[in-house]
Amino acid sequence: MSGKSKKAFLVLEDGSAYEGYSFGADVSTHGEVVFNTSMTGYQEMLTDPSYAGQIVVSTYPLIGNYGVNSDDAQSNRIQVAGFVVREECHLPSHWNSRSTLHEYLLSSGIPGIVGVDTRAITRRLRVAGVMMGMITSEPPEEALQQLAKMPRYDDIDFVQQVSTDTMYRWDAPAGQDPHYHIVVVDCGLKFSILRYLNRLGCACTVVPSTTSADDILNLKPDGVLLSPGPGDPDLPYLEKTVCGLLGKKPIMGICLGHQLIARAFGGRTYKLKFGHRGANHPVRDLESGKVNITAQNHGFAVDADSIKGGLEVSHINLNDGTVEGVRHRELPLLSIQYHSEASPGPQDTVNAFERFLEMVRG
Amino acid sequence: MNGGNLPSPQQRKKRVSKINKVLVIGSGPIVIGQAAEFDYAGTQACKALREEGVTSLLVNSNPATIMTDEGIADIVYIEPLTVEVIGRIIERERPDGLLPTLGGQTGLNLAVDLANAGILDKYNVRSLGTPIDTIRKAEDRQLFKKMLMDIGEPVPESTIATSMEEARQAVDTIGLPVVIRPAYTLGGTGGGHASTMDEFEYIAAIGLAVSPAHQILVEKSVVGWKEIEYEVMRDAADNCITICNMENIDAMGVHTGDSIVIAPSQTLSDNEYQALRSASIRIIKALGVEGGCNIQFALAPHPMLADHWPPGGSGNLYEHVKDGCPPYYVIEVNPRVSRSSALASKATGYPIARVAAKIAVGKRLDEIVNQVTGKTMAAFEPALDYMVVKIPRWPFDKFASGDRYISTQMKATGEVMAIDRTFEAALQKAVRSLEIGGKSLLWEDPSWKDESPLEPSDLRLWSIMASLRRGVSPDRLAIETAIDPWFMYKLNNIVQMERRLLSEPLTPQLLWEAKRLGFSDEQIGTLADRLPEQVRDLRYNWQIIPVYKMVDTCAAEFDAESAYFYSTYERENEAEPLTGDKAVVISSGPIRIGQGIEFDYCCVHSSWALQEAGYKSIIINSNPETVSTDFDTSDRLYFEALDEESVRDVLENEGIASTPTMVQFGGQTAINLAEPLFRSGMPILGSSVDAIDEAEDRHRFENLMNRLGIPQPPGSTATSVEEALNVAKLIGYPVLVRPSYVLGGRAMEIVHNATEVIHYMKLAIETHSRHPVLIDKYLEGKEVEVDAICDGEQVLIPGIMEHIERAGVHSGDSMAVYPALSLTNDEVQTLVEYSTRIGLGLHVKGLMNIQYVIMPGDGGSSVYVLEVNPRASRTIPFISKVTRVPMVRIATKVMLGQSLKEQGYKGGLWKTQNLVAIKAPVFSMSKLGGVDTYLGPEMKSTGEVMGVDYTFGAALAKALLAADLMLPSEGSILLSIADHDKPEALPIIRQLSSLGYNLYATEGTAAMIEAEGMPITMISKKLGEGHPDILDVIRDGTVKGVVNTVTGERGPLADGFQIRRVAAEKRVPCYTSLDTLKAAVEASTNGEQSFSVQPLREYLTEQKG
Repeated sequence: MSGKSKKAFLVLEDGSAYEGYSFGADVSTHGEVVFNTSMTGYQEMLTDPSYAGQIVVSTYPLIGNYGVNSDDAQSNRIQVAGFVVREECHLPSHWNSRSTLHEYLLSSGIPGIVGVDTRAITRRLRVAGVMMGMITSEPPEEALQQLAKMPRYDDIDFVQQVSTDTMYRWDAPAGQDPHYHIVVVDCGLKFSILRYLNRLGCACTVVPSTTSADDILNLKPDGVLLSPGPGDPDLPYLEKTVCGLLGKKPIMGICLGHQLIARAFGGRTYKLKFGHRGANHPVRDLESGKVNITAQNHGFAVDADSIKGGLEVSHINLNDGTVEGVRHRELPLLSIQYHSEASPGPQDTVNAFERFLEMVRG
Repeated sequence: MNGGNLPSPQQRKKRVSKINKVLVIGSGPIVIGQAAEFDYAGTQACKALREEGVTSLLVNSNPATIMTDEGIADIVYIEPLTVEVIGRIIERERPDGLLPTLGGQTGLNLAVDLANAGILDKYNVRSLGTPIDTIRKAEDRQLFKKMLMDIGEPVPESTIATSMEEARQAVDTIGLPVVIRPAYTLGGTGGGHASTMDEFEYIAAIGLAVSPAHQILVEKSVVGWKEIEYEVMRDAADNCITICNMENIDAMGVHTGDSIVIAPSQTLSDNEYQALRSASIRIIKALGVEGGCNIQFALAPHPMLADHWPPGGSGNLYEHVKDGCPPYYVIEVNPRVSRSSALASKATGYPIARVAAKIAVGKRLDEIVNQVTGKTMAAFEPALDYMVVKIPRWPFDKFASGDRYISTQMKATGEVMAIDRTFEAALQKAVRSLEIGGKSLLWEDPSWKDESPLEPSDLRLWSIMASLRRGVSPDRLAIETAIDPWFMYKLNNIVQMERRLLSEPLTPQLLWEAKRLGFSDEQIGTLADRLPEQVRDLRYNWQIIPVYKMVDTCAAEFDAESAYFYSTYERENEAEPLTGDKAVVISSGPIRIGQGIEFDYCCVHSSWALQEAGYKSIIINSNPETVSTDFDTSDRLYFEALDEESVRDVLENEGIASTPTMVQFGGQTAINLAEPLFRSGMPILGSSVDAIDEAEDRHRFENLMNRLGIPQPPGSTATSVEEALNVAKLIGYPVLVRPSYVLGGRAMEIVHNATEVIHYMKLAIETHSRHPVLIDKYLEGKEVEVDAICDGEQVLIPGIMEHIERAGVHSGDSMAVYPALSLTNDEVQTLVEYSTRIGLGLHVKGLMNIQYVIMPGDGGSSVYVLEVNPRASRTIPFISKVTRVPMVRIATKVMLGQSLKEQGYKGGLWKTQNLVAIKAPVFSMSKLGGVDTYLGPEMKSTGEVMGVDYTFGAALAKALLAADLMLPSEGSILLSIADHDKPEALPIIRQLSSLGYNLYATEGTAAMIEAEGMPITMISKKLGEGHPDILDVIRDGTVKGVVNTVTGERGPLADGFQIRRVAAEKRVPCYTSLDTLKAAVEASTNGEQSFSVQPLREYLTEQKG
């Protein structure tokens, strides 16, 4: 039974501590503690760059059942700072499984904690809001002292940490002339975005988040996609890039990309109490009135009242009424807060990519 | 910024005229494949319709349901579910909509029939929820297959056959093994899996016979593949959501109703989960269902199994992976609320039937509030933070001779569900909930030595555990059973913990870990060599006590208002004790033979009565199909096993002193808990434990009856053959024999002579040598039943019921008539007098049920008491409905201390109503191979119907019609009468003959009839000595009814047994009691032509016209 022997704590900065056992890498970690309510897709979650700097609590208690494979990862490494589960499965059963969750975390040096009352933690975070925390084998009092000295999640630009250092290309499917060339600004890109574009016949050029608008336009794209990514969208350099692209090319923004678009038009963003992280969020398209179930992973949102410059709200979250998408009265913009690429989560909104390509087509 | 209620003009425009009055079709009697889940669904739907301002009009033949109560639907008809009757209701009520999707397959089939008969068009009734065409599409295999292929969904290769020749051709092309599925049947009736040609011939013939359309599907077998289900909802605006998915632990090949099922799926990656979810949504859109839908998939099994289970061996399945999902097939679609949706509702907290009903009358998912959170809308998908295990409850404890193997034909009568945060704990809790004689997972059959049988059966789970204990590897077991290795590894965890408990000292850490894997105190005690009570003491000393977590649909993301909890061993408790006056209603657990939906009815009413009296009601139950476990039935629901440990833990959590318990309403399950709860200091409301004991203990009861001067049939006990023979001789044959260790008619027999006594005693001594056998004089008189309420001062008797079958047939299997039409005033007075004496003498507080037998005699008849049960009986809903005396409500208040007088009632017999109501039993015998169907002292029926009208004949006709016991209107009837019944049978046979039936009879019976000068065709009952024999004429449809009374010899080889089985399988009405036959003859001569169809309320208030 992997790691069952060594005690560990999840300590939250409000002083609450949860005793469990260490699994994965036997090291301490700290980060913003958030919860995700999806019942499947832990490998996709772990490798989603938007979780950089965060300790993720899975509300579903049985994690690791189908092991870890070489196909489902959304980036080249585990991105979370730590993983909190009620039970990790050390005997997975799946045709595609290559290793266990424990081995996966261990090989990336990422710690996990198992055996804790994840529902109690979730309730704490729901009431008090997300907060900093630590997974450690040291006594909670010491962890609290250390935690006070650690840099805070909101003060760090994780986008630059997770973005690609160099430009790279994903060619169109073999033997096909690409229909379109899409430049993808990597703020914390998930591979499935490239897979969907690719499947629709696009060639993609992925550029670092610090790439300027001019450099992007010099690549002669048919459209630009602003990827999801971690943390606060208050990132002036990216806002500048987006401003430089507006009106020049059709733009699709997902999650952080969507927030950057709103900000580029002068809109405000704010931090949600405990964010939206899961696979069951209902989103209403205000134009059609239809509701789709979406995958979400964000801690910040666009303030509906702040929207200006020709933008208008196009989608809202049915649970809390927050902005889930904006559109522009004239410009070809597709801007959504939810993850149309799913992975993990429902595939109800994958046609967003087709809608974007219709804009590209003009 | 609440955009949640923004209008959407486009969708609103599409709406058609408002629906004002909707006919809801109930599912009728409880049978295998259609149990309490449809009462739950229908009740929720009627309440939802009322919320929407729609008048609900309900028809159901089952009186034991909450949905047929006043106050649920606006207008209630308790009438037979036939096209003719419903046509008359439609003509009279003129509803503008028909909601057929909440009454199971019965509802759907009737909707199609009503459409086919042109009735819906004639009266302008719109079918709501699911279009009629869609029902046809989902049920007609060919249309279904085409529809799926049109939208690109894979279906297993299959061919429709309407004859044996076509069926044989089909199997030639497809190749064995194949699955045979009859069209338009419930619970897979008549279907099966064939690996050999012999099996194929046998199953295909039955399938063709039972299908109303004489149509079967011969389909490529995907036995051994994973079976995954999705519950999907769609509204008229084309919004779709999935409520949850479920994974069957038992792979394809075992009916999902007979499978152990978990929610959510455990072995699917996100890619697989989403691929099947997306397919479900494509399918519900293609079907155009507005409401709920259940979709079943077969998904490629783990590679370890694929080589061993066809058609996996026919190539590498994993070369065909698409977007991370290996091959799958769509197996079945139920375009309606189903058993699975009831399970999904309870598993997630999402009220599927309620939402489906609202969608049917035009609401959109995003316009319906999620009542569990009170904040969010119904347009979302529940997130679970626990796991759920469902285990079917099979009737093989009652039917020891039944065929225990399970496959595509469902055999379970009910199910249990358990919730926990580990699979092991949820599974073990579910096992504890089954109430199968304290059988924990530690149980092993004594016959299992080195190997135990791994074929699918009700015992397979235990057999797997036994194999793991003997060191068989989980992988090998996975391969042999086609159960995914993940489950085997988990079961092996349980075995490993067993070993630790056997070998290690019991430390707080070990005990904590064992509890987190769901081990009961009793199991831990067995393994760690302690008494259960000692383990409990240790737990409380070490503070290892369960906490209760909420089922909130959202994994704690939102602050929910739900009052639905499950126990688990974790850190945080969310169920703070309720404040103020409160009481617990112990419910009745899984539906089984002898303990049906009637007890859930009683628990629900008790909960409501508590609330009415200003108490908070708390329900404990383990049955997901029921109204009692609906989110708004009580102030708090604990979804728990109904065993001593779980109930005590709940009571401790609520505070023992302030939480009294009601044990009268949940059948034998609840009453059995009275003694242990009392012993551990838990307050019990109503009749004392001593009173319960006095009624159940034979000697104490005998003394009491002597003291009260009430006669009982003479009898005694015996422990040896000689003793038994002496007793029998003394009291005179026939005698009623039964073992003293069982209740409720189990293993009870009527024996007519010394040979039979010897036979019975030998068997009884062999199996249970220590227990004496009870021998009573069998009084073959008129059986009468009384339900009453006693407050210690007075006894109120709402009504007396008279059985149509004489004593000796279990009361649950008898037809009961209210009022007791053939009793004299003296007899009635005696019954009232005795009942009053018994109630007061036993110090009953609350309900009691008494069974009497009346024997004619020279100097007037005599009344004997057979049995007293100081608790709710099966007939409470029936008698409450036909007398309008709300028995459970009154009894609950009596138990709280309000006397009958204070409630405005007085003692004695309630005024007799101006109607006749007849309760008739309904059996599920066609589904239970190997079970003898004759009526006797052991209960066999699964459900009941009621016929109500102004005259006996009309009520009788309706009851028989609803129970499928009506004589055919013409044709041939087969008679095989036991010698001792022949004289009595003769006048009835004469009547049949004069009604124009062609009579067939076996040798002896034919001789008698011939001697009387009636025309008769003799048919040999000697099997295997030439054709046509007696079985052939049943099988080939020559005879449309069978009369067969039993002789002493009833083994499976006896011809009588064979006759009854074949009749059951061919669904030919079979009368084993002359009393029932007499009633059926009477009904077809006098009743059928003239029965009324009107709301129940009108029978109760109007005077005879």
